[in-house]
Amino acid sequence: MNGADTVFIIISAALVMFMTPGLALFYGGLARSKNVLGTIMQSFIALALVSLVWVLWGYSLAFGTDIGGLIGGFNFLFLKGVGQEPNPQLAGNIPHLVFMIFQCMFAVITVALITGAFAERMKFGAFLLFAVLWTTFVYSPLCHWVWGGGWMGSMGALDFAGGAVVHMSSGSAALACALVLGRRQGFGQKAFIPHNLPMTVTGAAILWFGWFGFNAGSALAADGLAANAFVTTHLAAAMAILGWISVEKMHRGQPTTLGAASGAVAGLVAVTPAAGFIGPIASIVLGFLAGGICYAGVLLKERLDYDDSLDVVGIHGLGGIWGALGTGLFASLAVNGSGANGLFFGNAGQLFIQLISIVATCAFSFVLSYVILKIVDVLIGLRVSLEDEEIGLDLSQHSETGYKF
Amino acid sequence: MKKMEIIIRPSRLDAVKEALTAQGCKGMNVTEISGFGRQRGHMEIYRGAEYQIDLVPKIKVETVLEADGLQEVVDAVLDAARTGKVGDGKIFIHPVEEVVRIRTGERGVNGL
Repeated sequence: MNGADTVFIIISAALVMFMTPGLALFYGGLARSKNVLGTIMQSFIALALVSLVWVLWGYSLAFGTDIGGLIGGFNFLFLKGVGQEPNPQLAGNIPHLVFMIFQCMFAVITVALITGAFAERMKFGAFLLFAVLWTTFVYSPLCHWVWGGGWMGSMGALDFAGGAVVHMSSGSAALACALVLGRRQGFGQKAFIPHNLPMTVTGAAILWFGWFGFNAGSALAADGLAANAFVTTHLAAAMAILGWISVEKMHRGQPTTLGAASGAVAGLVAVTPAAGFIGPIASIVLGFLAGGICYAGVLLKERLDYDDSLDVVGIHGLGGIWGALGTGLFASLAVNGSGANGLFFGNAGQLFIQLISIVATCAFSFVLSYVILKIVDVLIGLRVSLEDEEIGLDLSQHSETGYKF
Repeated sequence: MKKMEIIIRPSRLDAVKEALTAQGCKGMNVTEISGFGRQRGHMEIYRGAEYQIDLVPKIKVETVLEADGLQEVVDAVLDAARTGKVGDGKIFIHPVEEVVRIRTGERGVNGL
């Protein structure tokens, strides 16, 4: 066991925890004022509910003894055998409990990310049931595939901090949500615009801060690789701001604050799978392009006419896919000896492996999410009534309002 | 007595307030409102999508004054509030039947 590593991962876990309330503010500001609390609550409650699911059975399904490369066994159920001693198979340098709680924070934010797709129209109870089922049947298996000894990791797919597990999975689930729940009343006719962008920018800043724990912490040690991940993470976020507002300026004539905040998140998403496999200069290119790609991704929903309310598909789905491909392009053994070389370092095969991981992750998450949503719809109904949607989630789901004047 | 209901751009509030005070106006009420006239709002852009915003923020200033000298006050407000572009606002002038000061019960001009 290593004391420095333990300190670093405990702090990183706390940083990742802070991302979820940051996301609550990011999404809350984008919603209309009558839905600000309902939107914040969907992220905030994930901290409570998904943590419980994770500790009781989610962690075991993700990191328990491998069954056929598909899922973990029940050996860590109710944290049995997860204690103060390290587990050499998972992380021999930090207490097993630290590894478990660090991973817990990833599960929490992944579920919270999806909520942007169905903002302003989902029943609170339906969301709770969805969150439990999704963590169990989508997040835990995917996490196992990539990090828990499953087939995707064994195949050699590179995902440093969760491009597939967190972002492509939530982005694909978001698309299923937008399709199954349908559009908000008046979508396309009325102007659905953000009610508090300073709140959104504050949230983006908290996300950026927390993301250092997310990506650098994924080195699982306080070492040079963590330093590399920290730097690439920061540069990608910075460059994606410039990428997003450059495209925006060309397309609409003005750079916007919301564009800068969205660009930062897009860059952070894209660098997530790459952070510990690519060098700083590569992250500049990866991040700048992420800004432009996600800007285009957000415009896609107007063309395809689905109501992904807060653009989870455009930013997390497409950003995640670009990040996985970018990892296949820019990865270098000189950065991480236990990784691989990408296309630009003479290994075209890695790009193909990344492509398989993208298709498998998106297809698995989309199909399972679709089925889970249909089940929840039959059991308790997904959408609030038209009248409740009109008065807003704050009053109809929680009997309170965000602002009193 | 007349009541002036003055709709102006938020950026002109300080100038209008000073103009009214300079004209001997003893009090006023200011409200943040939203609305549109010929200006018909403006465009806003969020994540690459353009939205027509009809109702734009304006300020409503209300004040009650003696009918004599009203024209000078109106001229002062016009000077202070005008930018020359569409959307400068309007002044509505209403007759006021009675004013009562709550503390003393004084009525009419004495109640102002």
